[in-house]
Amino acid sequence: MPIAGRGLDHRPVIPPLTAHCAALAAAAWLGAPQRPDTTFLWGGDSEGGAPFVEADPADPSRVRGFDVEVAEAIARGLDRHARFIQVQWSSIDQSVERGDFAIGLSGVEDTPTRRARHAVTIPYFEFREVLAVRPEDAGRWPDLAHLRGRRVASLGATMAYDILVAARDSLGVVPVSYDDDVHPYSDLVAGRVDAVLLDHIIAARSLRRLGGTAFVIEPRAVAVGGYVGVLAKRDTALRDSVDRVLRAAMRDGTLERIFRRWDVWDAGQGELFQRVAGSSPRDPLSLRARGSDAPVVPGTFSVRAYLPSLGRAALVTAALSLLSMMVAVVVGLAVASGRVYGPAPLGVVLTGYVEVIRGTPLLLQLFVLYYGLSGVVRLPAFLAAVLGLGLNYAAYEAEIYRGALEAVSRTQLEAARTLGLSEGQILRLVRGPQAVRYALASMTNDFVALLKDSSLVSVLTVVELTKQTAIYATNVGNWIVPGMLCAVVYLVMSLPLARLGRRLERRWGGGRAA
Amino acid sequence: MTPLLGVHDLCVRYDGREVLRALTVEVRRGEVVALMGRSGAGKTSALRAVAALQRFDGGRIDVDGFALEPGPVAPESRLKPLRRRVALVFQGHALFAHLSALENVALAPRHVLGRPRAEAEDTARRLLTALEVGGRADALPSQLSGGEAQRVAIARALALDPPLLLMDEPTAALDPARRGALGRTLRRLAADNGGRGLLIATHDIAFARAYADRVAILADGVVVEAGSPADVLDRPTHSATRALLAEGETA
Repeated sequence: MPIAGRGLDHRPVIPPLTAHCAALAAAAWLGAPQRPDTTFLWGGDSEGGAPFVEADPADPSRVRGFDVEVAEAIARGLDRHARFIQVQWSSIDQSVERGDFAIGLSGVEDTPTRRARHAVTIPYFEFREVLAVRPEDAGRWPDLAHLRGRRVASLGATMAYDILVAARDSLGVVPVSYDDDVHPYSDLVAGRVDAVLLDHIIAARSLRRLGGTAFVIEPRAVAVGGYVGVLAKRDTALRDSVDRVLRAAMRDGTLERIFRRWDVWDAGQGELFQRVAGSSPRDPLSLRARGSDAPVVPGTFSVRAYLPSLGRAALVTAALSLLSMMVAVVVGLAVASGRVYGPAPLGVVLTGYVEVIRGTPLLLQLFVLYYGLSGVVRLPAFLAAVLGLGLNYAAYEAEIYRGALEAVSRTQLEAARTLGLSEGQILRLVRGPQAVRYALASMTNDFVALLKDSSLVSVLTVVELTKQTAIYATNVGNWIVPGMLCAVVYLVMSLPLARLGRRLERRWGGGRAA
Repeated sequence: MTPLLGVHDLCVRYDGREVLRALTVEVRRGEVVALMGRSGAGKTSALRAVAALQRFDGGRIDVDGFALEPGPVAPESRLKPLRRRVALVFQGHALFAHLSALENVALAPRHVLGRPRAEAEDTARRLLTALEVGGRADALPSQLSGGEAQRVAIARALALDPPLLLMDEPTAALDPARRGALGRTLRRLAADNGGRGLLIATHDIAFARAYADRVAILADGVVVEAGSPADVLDRPTHSATRALLAEGETA
């Protein structure tokens, strides 16, 4: 399930299409189009890391992990040999449906939606959704019902996150979505969230990474689910063959050996094998809640059910863009004034600011602001997003304003001086208002660009329009309806802006300096 | 009586080149003085130095008791008294492009004198009406004809009621009928309010002859000849004056 170890080098916001392209390119490079019968292509995300799929430390061109060995066992059972295709974890479903590979195996969760949209194997591993909390909170919130009003983190577009979203409505929990499964735990330790809900394998791995005592895993599982292989809907015959291979591997101990080798074997797996090996092939092992609290089960997702959350996300995007632009305009004006009017040393500092901001990726700036500075100042996600976007765009605005200020003709300023206006009054009454007219077209342009760039802040756990759409798309299993809805909402916000800009330009366009 | 404007031995250099060497000219209240010379003779530089828009390198400038020293332009905060004493009408008018005619004129009364908006606009409207452009109060500069824009620019210059008015080539873009109207307006302005002084940079000989009290001919950075229009323009004694007149007649 997991996308671990993501750092600055990774861009969680890359749309799955890009991943498709990458997978296709990889497939083409590997000679996939011929698909010789002896090759069994399987897809997974090696960024997920051990124990699922990780690059082999001995030979990084190869992968290893229990999912790798399960894939090899399946291939052997089918008299073929396995070949791995790298694909972004959130895109496995769509990639397998496109025919990039025969089966996706990478901690893929057994969900009703996935069952409805793809051919899904029997579950081969039982995972538990477990809560992680800071040591001082151990035992304080044994289950979700006790976490009303608390921030609970998870990896976006997973069953755990869906459980949190369901718990938001029924229990008042505040879900916080991440693009990777490392930062939820580091933010838990840093105090940004109160708990993390994720698969027990991931929780245990994160605990080992952070030294074993940084947080505590609550013993009771919030829910239980299974990892499955996912195949294209049309491949039911192949799926049935895979199921036969998996059942045989459960009976003859192959799977147990694999799981023991990777230290993920527990009593739950044996029970799962017994249930699955005896049951009819299509008997779903659905999510079961444990404990006394009401089960929180994510349902299937319809367009109508998603409209409220899309609306909320659109509001977040609008508010974020508006506030960021205000920051950008105010800071931009200050920087531009400093560069035009200020003493030389100030000009050097401000020029440095502009060049550094313009010369480095916004994504990097957001990461530094939110994660990098968290030891010095712990900004709430939304505030960090507004500041990050605002300070970034301020650099661009400053250049626009400086150019516009310098475009106001000298005679206009001299005329104002002969009338006895002070420098401040000249800026406020003559130079500024005229510069605004010069700057307007570029400003409108920037505001529209900012509206779209605001999607980058999903890396700071802010669920805005694009992020919500990605979650939605993953849940319904395609991008067509969600993508169109999302595009419409963006256009509804950006087109009036462009129109307003044009109207203001027309109204003021006549007034050019004499 | 001390003159309203006294310029003595004014020297202005651009990149080491002397545009004005030792310009001396005086303007008294009630008097229209035409500063004449060929293009590039330094007429505009003289006006800009008096209006403290550019540095000068030698000589003295005294505007109704306010003295300007050679060197770079003083900070605006030290020039406040000068701004109330002298106004400049630019050749291109330099009306504020984003403000209506009325707002152009009302700007200084509102923000320099701190008058309430209604009062400032009343004053502005009276000035525009007196200059026969009262009907154009709400027009933007881009919507005004050249003659209208000039009258709005004069109204703006008069808004703080300075005793000295500088004008740079006011007839440059006017047809003969409008030159006459402008000339009569300037005579009236010189006579009004206890007498204003007008210093007009021009190379329009007919206009100077008709409406100036005195003319000063500027050549090679100095005034080579000065006096009444009849003396200077009808009986020139200096070769530069004769050359200017010959040029004007063929133009």
